[in-house]
Amino acid sequence: MPTLETQSPVSPVAEESSVYMDHAIVKKFIIATVVWGAVGMLVGVILALQLAWWPANLGLPYTTFGRLRPLHTNAVIFAFTGNFIFAGIYYSLPRLTKTEMFSKVLSNFHFWGWQAIIVSAAITLPMGLTQTHEYAELIWPIDIAIAVVWVAFAINFFGTLAQRKVKHMYVAIWFYMSMVITITVLHVVNNLQLPATFTRSYPIYSGMTDALVQWWYGHNAVGFLLTTPILGLMYYFLPKSVNRPVYSYRLSIIHFWALVFIYIWAGPHHLLWSGLPDWAQTLGVAFSIALLAPSWGGMLNGLLTLRGAWDRLRTDPIVKFWAVAISFYGMSTFEGPMMSIRAINSLSHFTDWTIGHVHSGALGWVGMAAFATLYYMVPRVWKTKLHSESLATTHFWLATIGIVLYIVAMWSSGITQGLMWRAVDDGGQLQYGNFMDTVLQLMPFYWIRLVGGTLYLTGMLMCGFNILKTISAAPAPAVAPAAAK
Amino acid sequence: MSEAKEHWHRRLLEGKSGVFATFTAIGISIGGLVEIVPLYTIAASPSPIVEVTPYTALEQAGRDIYSREGCVQCHSQWVRPFRSETQRYGPWSRGGEYVYDRPFLLGSRRIGPDLQRIGGKYPDAWHYEHMRDPRSTSPGSIMPPYTWLHEDTIDYEDATATMATLQTLGVPYTDEEVSGTPEAMMAQGDKIVKSLAGSGITTTSDKEIVALIAYLQRLGTDGRAALAARESGDAATTVGDATAPPTEGE
Repeated sequence: MPTLETQSPVSPVAEESSVYMDHAIVKKFIIATVVWGAVGMLVGVILALQLAWWPANLGLPYTTFGRLRPLHTNAVIFAFTGNFIFAGIYYSLPRLTKTEMFSKVLSNFHFWGWQAIIVSAAITLPMGLTQTHEYAELIWPIDIAIAVVWVAFAINFFGTLAQRKVKHMYVAIWFYMSMVITITVLHVVNNLQLPATFTRSYPIYSGMTDALVQWWYGHNAVGFLLTTPILGLMYYFLPKSVNRPVYSYRLSIIHFWALVFIYIWAGPHHLLWSGLPDWAQTLGVAFSIALLAPSWGGMLNGLLTLRGAWDRLRTDPIVKFWAVAISFYGMSTFEGPMMSIRAINSLSHFTDWTIGHVHSGALGWVGMAAFATLYYMVPRVWKTKLHSESLATTHFWLATIGIVLYIVAMWSSGITQGLMWRAVDDGGQLQYGNFMDTVLQLMPFYWIRLVGGTLYLTGMLMCGFNILKTISAAPAPAVAPAAAK
Repeated sequence: MSEAKEHWHRRLLEGKSGVFATFTAIGISIGGLVEIVPLYTIAASPSPIVEVTPYTALEQAGRDIYSREGCVQCHSQWVRPFRSETQRYGPWSRGGEYVYDRPFLLGSRRIGPDLQRIGGKYPDAWHYEHMRDPRSTSPGSIMPPYTWLHEDTIDYEDATATMATLQTLGVPYTDEEVSGTPEAMMAQGDKIVKSLAGSGITTTSDKEIVALIAYLQRLGTDGRAALAARESGDAATTVGDATAPPTEGE
C-alpha cells in the first residue's frame, strides 16, 4: 500500500524553512484561540450552573440562559474552533506548499475581521439580537461581515495554492479546501433573509422548509467546521508529532470523497418525527448511517498512524491529546449514526443525550485536537520549549476526566428524562403527567455536568498559563520584530 | 513511487487545485439540492392546511419577543406522533401548520415542556404571572423570571416594518393591514388587558407581555381546530398528507 512516507512534505525528513513562514499571523490566531476558548467555556460553565440553580440567571435580560446559550455555542464553534483552525492552516499550508501565504494584508484582514465579528457577536447576542437559527443566530449585518471576511480568507487560501511550489496537494489541504468551499455555500444559503430593521430580518424560507435549510446548515457546520478541517489538521500535525508517515494514502482518498459526498445529506436527522416529508427524513437517516464508514476511515487512519509510536503515549502530552481526540472522534461518529435511527431518536431527541453527544465531539474531538496542535505549534513559532510538560499532562488529565463526567452525566440525564416522558401506568395514563417531575429528576446530573465542565475549563486556563509563560521566556527575535511595531 | 507509476488521481485531481475544488463543490452540492429543492414542488412538500392563517401584528410581535428571549432554547414547538406526546400535549404537529413561521421555532431541546399546543390551555393571567415569577404557577420550575416584559413597551414603528417585510416575503397581509398595524395591535391588546383586569391585573396594551400572551394563546390553535373539524367530518377541504395517521412510533 502506498504511503506518504517517500514523497510527502510530512515525511520526517522534510526540512523547515523560515523563508515562507509568517509566524506573526500564526501567533495572533493562537492567542485568540486561547482567549476565546476560555471565554466560550466559561459561558458554558455559567449555563450549566443556571440549569442546576436558576438564580444564576441573575434576573437581568442580558444574562438569561435563553440569550447566553447562543453566545456559548457561537464562541466555542466560531471563536475557539475557528481561530484554532486558522492558526493551524496558517502554520501548515505554507509548509505543505513551500510557499508563503498569498497576501499578508489578507491574512491580517482575516484575523482582525474575524475578531471584530466575534466581539460584535458577544455584544449582540446578550442584547437579544438574533435570527434564532442554531449556530446561525448572528444578525444580518454581521452575516455580511462574515461573508466578506470568509471570501478574503478563501482568496488568500486559493491564491496560495495557485502559487504553490509543491505540485501534489497533501491530504490536509483537501480537507481545508472542503471547509472553505462548503462553509461559503452553507453560510450564504442559510442566511438569505429580508431585513425589516437594522437588527432584525426574516428568512425567505418558512416553516418546514426553513427548518430543513437550517438543519442542512447546522449539521454541516458540524461537518465542515468541526470535522473536516480538524481532520486536515490531524493529517498534518499527527504525523509531525510522532514522526511517522500517515498510515494509508488510499484510505485518506476514499474517506475524504465519501465524507464530502455523504455528510451533506444527513441534516434531516435533526427533524425525525416532524412535519418534514417522510422521504426527506428517510434520506437523512440512510446517509447518517452511511456516514459511519468514512468517519471511521478517518479515525482508523489517525490511530494507525500511531503504529510504532505508542510508547510515546506514556511520555508525550501531545500524543496523549491526539490519542484521546481520535478516540472521541470514533466514539461520537458511532453514536451519531445510532441516534439517527428513528427508534433510538424517538428516545434521545429533545433530551440531554444530544447535549452529551455534541460535547463528546466538541470537548473530546475538537478540544483535545486543538490542545495537541497548540502544544505542538507554540514552542515552534515562539522558538523555545514549552514552559512545562508536566502542566500540559495535568491539563490532559483534567480535560479527560472532565469530559467523562460531562458525557456520563448527560447520557444518564437524557435517558432518564426520555424514559420518564414516555412512561405509562397500567391504565395507559402518563406516569409523570407533570413535566416538572422529569426536570427535577435531572438535578444531580446537572451538578455533575457542572463539575465536569469546570474541570475542562480549568485545564483550558492551565493551557493559557502554560502558553503565556512559554511566550514570556521566548528569545527576542534577532531581526527587527514585527510584533514590536 | 516514481513519476511513471503516478496514479491518475494524483495527476488530475490532487495536482490541480481548481479541478479538485470543482469536484469538491459538486460533491457537497448534490445532497442539499436533492433534499431542499423538492420542497418547492407541490407533490413532495408538506400540504398546507387551509385553516391556518397568518399571525396578527400583535402575535407576530409576541413571536419576535419569544425569539429575542431565546425561549426556543428550552421549549420546542413540535409534538411528535407518539401516544405519550399527544397525551401530554395534544395533536401531533403537521408540517402544514408552520407555513407562516418565519423563522421556524421547532426547537431541539425540551428543558421545559413543548409549547405547540399551549394556545388556550391556560388563562391570560396564568401567562402574566408565569413570566413574572415562574414558580408561582409552576412549583419547582427552573425557568428564570422575565419581569422586564411587564415594563417594556412595544415599538409600533418596528412592528409595522415587520409586517411590511413579511408581506414582501409572501405572507398574505393586505396593504390596509400593514398600514393599520398600530391600531390593530392596540385593539387586540385591549382585549387581553380586559381579560387580565378580570383577574385583578392592571396593565396597558402597549406592554411587551401583552404581545407575548397574544402569541402564546394563538400557538397551535389553528391546526388544532382544523384537525378537530376534520375528525367530526366538517372539513370543507381535503388536506392530503396532513391528516394521514402517523407511522407507529416508539
